[in-house]
Amino acid sequence: MRKRNSLAALSAAVLLSGAGVTQVHAQEEITLCWAAWDPANALVELSKDFTAETGIGMKFEFVPWPNFADRMLNELNSGGQLCDLMIGDSQWIGGGAENGHYVKLNDFFEAENISMDDFAPATVYAYSTWPKGTPNYWALPAMGDANAWFYRKDWFSRPELQEEFKQKHGRDLAPPKTQYELKELAEFFQGREIDGKTVYGAAIFTERGSEGITMGATGALYAWDFKYEDPPGSYKMEGVVNSPNAVQALEFYKDLYKCCTPPGYTDSYMQESLDAFKSGQVAMAMNWFAFFPGLYKDPEVGGDKIGFFVNPGQLVEASTLGGQGISVVSYSDKQDEALAYVKWFAQPDVQKKWWSLGGYSCHVAVLNDPSFPDSQPFAADFLNAMGGVRDFWQEPVYAELLLSMQKRLHDYIVADEGTAQEALDKLIADWTEVFEEEGKL
Amino acid sequence: MSEPQDSAADKLAARVASATPEPLARRVRGLSDRAIAWLFISPTIVLLLAINIFPLIWTIYLSFTNYKANRINRPIEFIGLRNYERVLTDTDIWHTLQVTAHFLCWTMTLQVVLGFGLAWLINKQFKGHGLWTTVILLPMMLSPAVVGNFWTFLYQPQIGLFNYAVSFVTGIPPSSFQMIGDVNLAPWAIVIVDTWMWTPYIMLICLAGLRSIPDYIYEAAEVDRASKWRQFWSITLPMVLPFLMLAVLFRSIENFKMFDLVVELTSGGPGSVTELASINLKREAFEKWRTGYSSAFAIILFVTVFGAASIYVKALNKVKQR
Repeated sequence: MRKRNSLAALSAAVLLSGAGVTQVHAQEEITLCWAAWDPANALVELSKDFTAETGIGMKFEFVPWPNFADRMLNELNSGGQLCDLMIGDSQWIGGGAENGHYVKLNDFFEAENISMDDFAPATVYAYSTWPKGTPNYWALPAMGDANAWFYRKDWFSRPELQEEFKQKHGRDLAPPKTQYELKELAEFFQGREIDGKTVYGAAIFTERGSEGITMGATGALYAWDFKYEDPPGSYKMEGVVNSPNAVQALEFYKDLYKCCTPPGYTDSYMQESLDAFKSGQVAMAMNWFAFFPGLYKDPEVGGDKIGFFVNPGQLVEASTLGGQGISVVSYSDKQDEALAYVKWFAQPDVQKKWWSLGGYSCHVAVLNDPSFPDSQPFAADFLNAMGGVRDFWQEPVYAELLLSMQKRLHDYIVADEGTAQEALDKLIADWTEVFEEEGKL
Repeated sequence: MSEPQDSAADKLAARVASATPEPLARRVRGLSDRAIAWLFISPTIVLLLAINIFPLIWTIYLSFTNYKANRINRPIEFIGLRNYERVLTDTDIWHTLQVTAHFLCWTMTLQVVLGFGLAWLINKQFKGHGLWTTVILLPMMLSPAVVGNFWTFLYQPQIGLFNYAVSFVTGIPPSSFQMIGDVNLAPWAIVIVDTWMWTPYIMLICLAGLRSIPDYIYEAAEVDRASKWRQFWSITLPMVLPFLMLAVLFRSIENFKMFDLVVELTSGGPGSVTELASINLKREAFEKWRTGYSSAFAIILFVTVFGAASIYVKALNKVKQR
């Protein structure tokens, strides 16, 4: 009996010491979850400074974009403890707040003297607040982003092409000022032989599965002053979502897809756009600013060969918002360490380094610096774009709203089903059903 | 007749008892055959209840509610048959069922014809037939995700080998058609890939059926001067039919649930022309998080498959009894 007791005591001691080791180890390491893309690599590099300063180790869980929402929302909905910090997409903020996934940061910001006035207002509104525009903060703006364009500057500067374009359109072969000019440029390059190779006009977003075609088409819709509801907060969509301007914009995006994309470009998003551009297939491509530092450094198509421009306006100047805020996950048992990271990340010096490494800071100390517009060839366009960004619904039911839009847009644009008016009418019917179910209509 | 069984059970009980501590052994020795049988199958039953039966009952319950798995704070309301009504009156759902039916019918038809044909050829025992059998079986051994990904490259209009092969045969320029981007071709693109991958499975089962036919039946037919065609219709086909029907049953159930291969190939697009029922179900359940609604859809699909499979199994048993 005594022998058995001794054994039990020994086992308990081993177990407890193990638990102790685990606990100490756990306190020293936190996990940050984000998408797997270029800025994530920059953040890994940046976070080494945090570990050096605080002794808290950083682990990263990066998921490719097409699966990012699926994977991470599953994690949050199941109350998982994989992530202590989440750099979640801007549309998640409503669900993150209302479903209790994110920690509310107001008290923490106040205690640590972190002011939201130190961040660009558009980014605070989009990445941090819920309900929208109220001073209820659920994230710190971490990565500013918007959908923009890049083009083959070396092709645009060829004298023979410049001459031909000027003869045809009566203006210089230069980045477009309007959406229609964009289409003219794309048509000009479509099917043209350049250096013995057939090239195409533009790589745009047409992806069906996650958010691609919505993010692409809203670039055109916002340029035609598209709104989701009018007045804001009313959920009144009839005559707004399917307004004549919205119909025109959607028809335009379909025309652009039909006339000027490479063959087989029916399910394409970020990676396909980058591939098409890097392989010298297209004259222009849309993508998020986040990729621009990497593109500029590309030995084949970067440097002097590449130029950048903000999403052209039509009725108004506007761009599709990307980007994310950093939130503390409420299910984490290392919230203190996670908050320490947020505090560290909010410092102006850290934000400056973040920008220098390839991340897009939202801090005014970076953005308002007189040298900022010239710091990168795309920096001025970034500032310009962030001044007119618009985002998708950020409601807790955003996923239902987004997937309905994906379906209606892909059915119309890629699968040639019905008219733009019908697509938008069906979209309103889908969204109305969702909001009715939510008790908001 | 029961004596040898009893003694075997006694021996088994004695062996178990000898390998267990004395107090437990005494209890095991005292157990009846039925109790020992329950003892052995109870872990399996518990597992089955936990991972099959309970989730099924839970899904049935959820299908009558407005539950959303991403809105855990929201109270669950019982809404009767509302979800079933919405599923059955949803035109998009009927569209996905039509797409599934097209996929199922054509894959089964092609796979049965090609699979049986290949098995018949392989059964001729020509030189190198073993090597050919292995080569033909290769697609079946690959992961559906890999196959889907691999075929997206083959179907690529600019560099895809499939387009070049079609161009070589027909003279149509390779980049003039898009197998997975064209609304008319995409439903066939997924049929082709599934047929490429799973015809070997049908072939393998048919081959087993063909090899199970005793030679003397053909010899007797030869003596009766039956033609080769007559032998095929009267001997080969009837004797292989139960095997073939079994293979069709397995493949039909699998293809009714098809998900991974088609998601990798088309993601259900362009538009929704290749959105099978299972893809739609996954979107409703785990992307839109309409748990109650998708539970109702899942139950409807389950009942459909279960009902169709039961009728089919009855037909299969009749064929076997002939």
